[in-house]
Amino acid sequence: MPNSWLILTRARQSAIGIDMQVKSSSFRTTATKALLDEDLRAAMDRAEGGFVDTRKQAVDELVNFQEYREFARSTKNHVLAHLDYYLTRFESNVMASGGQVHWASNGEEVNRIVLDICRRPGIDKITKGKSMVSEEFALNAGLEAAGLEVVETDLGEYIIQLAEETPSHIIAPAVHKTKQAVTDLFEEHHREAGYPRVVERLDIVNQARQVLRDHFCTADVGITGGNFLIADTGSIALITNEGNGDLTANLPDIHIVVTSIEKVIPDMQALGGFLRLLGRSATGQIMSVYTTLFNGPRRIDDLDGPGEFHVVLVDNGRSGILGSQFQDILRCIKCGACMNHCPVYTSIGGHAYGWVYPGPMGSVLTPLMVGQKNAPDLPYACTLNGRCKTVCPVMIPLPDLLRKHRNNLVEMGQTRSLQKWGMQLWFQVARNPSLYNMMVGLYALKLNMLARLTSAFRRGSFKRIPLLGAWTSTRDFPVPQTTTFQAQWKRQRGHD
Amino acid sequence: MNGAISPQKTVQIALLVTCLSDLFRPQIARAAVELIEKFGYQVDVPRQTCCGQPAYNAGEKVKARILAENMISLFEPYRYVVAPSGSCAATIKEHYPGLFDEGSSEHEQCMQLVEKTHELSGFLVDVAKADLEKNPLFGDRSLRITYHDSCSGLRELGIRSQPRKLLKDRLGIDISEMPNSEVCCGFGGMFCVKYPEISTRMVDNKVDGIEGVEAEVLLGGDLGCLMNIAGRLRRIGSTTRVYHYAEFLADSDPGPAIGYRD
Repeated sequence: MPNSWLILTRARQSAIGIDMQVKSSSFRTTATKALLDEDLRAAMDRAEGGFVDTRKQAVDELVNFQEYREFARSTKNHVLAHLDYYLTRFESNVMASGGQVHWASNGEEVNRIVLDICRRPGIDKITKGKSMVSEEFALNAGLEAAGLEVVETDLGEYIIQLAEETPSHIIAPAVHKTKQAVTDLFEEHHREAGYPRVVERLDIVNQARQVLRDHFCTADVGITGGNFLIADTGSIALITNEGNGDLTANLPDIHIVVTSIEKVIPDMQALGGFLRLLGRSATGQIMSVYTTLFNGPRRIDDLDGPGEFHVVLVDNGRSGILGSQFQDILRCIKCGACMNHCPVYTSIGGHAYGWVYPGPMGSVLTPLMVGQKNAPDLPYACTLNGRCKTVCPVMIPLPDLLRKHRNNLVEMGQTRSLQKWGMQLWFQVARNPSLYNMMVGLYALKLNMLARLTSAFRRGSFKRIPLLGAWTSTRDFPVPQTTTFQAQWKRQRGHD
Repeated sequence: MNGAISPQKTVQIALLVTCLSDLFRPQIARAAVELIEKFGYQVDVPRQTCCGQPAYNAGEKVKARILAENMISLFEPYRYVVAPSGSCAATIKEHYPGLFDEGSSEHEQCMQLVEKTHELSGFLVDVAKADLEKNPLFGDRSLRITYHDSCSGLRELGIRSQPRKLLKDRLGIDISEMPNSEVCCGFGGMFCVKYPEISTRMVDNKVDGIEGVEAEVLLGGDLGCLMNIAGRLRRIGSTTRVYHYAEFLADSDPGPAIGYRD
């Protein structure tokens, strides 16, 4: 795809600015800690059940769901092969409707562009709709450092902003929080303004609405993300459930969309296909509650809308993935189905993954965006059970991509030495049938003898085996017979 | 049906024993041989090692390819290759082709093995297509039995109805389905020792499902998963016994469960 490279070259010049702290290298420690968090477990159990069941119901109702998946895959593949064409087409159509387009190769540039727009008299407060892209470079921190007030308006994002945490799920950022935790958090932060302590779900939501309503009406700038960029019309499609995105975009005088380059799609017809997939895959909704198309600033005969409309197109490492063996991950429409169906994610929650994107798609994307050496555990944080692949609406072969990461780590010599030498030893045995049969036979015999020396033999299983503590600390291990199947076969049927 | 009347007498089938069954549970391979022979096929067990799955999943592509080459030439003379494991069969069927350059002669030979390799229950139901007679040994034992669908067999090979059909037809078993029968048990090869804490949580979720349907027996088709689940059940003092489905289907008595002496 030589054409795509041309336009994106400028975006690839500088390294990715990683502002959000990368903690992916401490995966195992954080994950183990997360397993002990009973609140997290309760929250995740509830969320997992809900997401999985509702998705299944919504997907089963659409008889040609599989055809839509294939349509989405081929549409995204086509766009990625001609990304330069679709992005420039999108850019000129945004400009034709009176909007401005800014290209940002990394997080630093995004922060600078947004600050440049906001740095003028009378701009103090920014409301913000949910945007995972902006988490990649901690946009909020950059704006706050410049003295601006930033208020997250998605309920989940608002909760974690108060808690000073990062999202643990890409569509349900506060999924790890229990109701009790939110009650306490609201009391702590809203008491001063005279709000009472609220414990019921509806009261909690209503209090957030009241607090946020004030912010919506007094904000000077609204920042939102974008789910799809429609090249044909220069529209931004924003899909939300709370309506906060629309209030953020329409009430302030300036609307800034911070979004990434792989989100462009050709036309409105394609949008129809993606919408059928997104709501169903994400939350099991046939359609999300609010689906809005933003087209430029307020026109002369419009009654409302922003006076200025900016789109910041963010690369931040994506063009480096384009054309690589990982290009499939750029099809991702950030629905979260892979993590909802991932038994590892639902056991440990999103924070253990250590960066913006958790779960299967995060384990593929994070090493690509922050560097493999900063996320060495993520490619292995997977049993390759393949459930994510079967639910992905754009058919990303997630387990295969994780295996490719592992393959790259091996080829770069970056696997742990114990793993490397263990594998080497095993391989030398496994490639030689005579040696293999001898070694396996000896191992069976030795384990069996070891069992006879302990109570394991009578029990039929070991409670502890030297060097196998990782297994036997929580699981019994069966005592083998004295001879292997192949040895028995050879004896009985005389075959070699 | 009985073996004696079979027209397939001359068809040679190679059993892919699988490393785990070879070492830890020869009963499974024995049961597989028995079952295939009941259909009148001739079973052979050429001296073999491993299909390369551990290397392949660890990202050791070069090593996996060398082991794949061994398997391809080893099984070249046979009409079918049958494995009592979804993940080993899937390694060959789904992942071997990617190890060789398309269009090369190695790839072509690889595809021949891919075509003729089957997971045991898939082979019996979809290829052999014969009904097994009722197992007299099993009699009218009424056991509450649930089934764990191992991930590779389920998602890569579509093995779901086949073992259930065999169990129903031959033993009259109606599976008491657990809601999480298709969720990974946390084994995942090296995963279970690399992340033992996460793996244990996952197997605990599986155990919750088993206990939820009050199953006396858990059956499945992949020994790795079964050792993981059986090991956890045994450790927490559960009385649920774990077997490979083939051990129940074969004529010989299933004997002690995985991790039990009697």
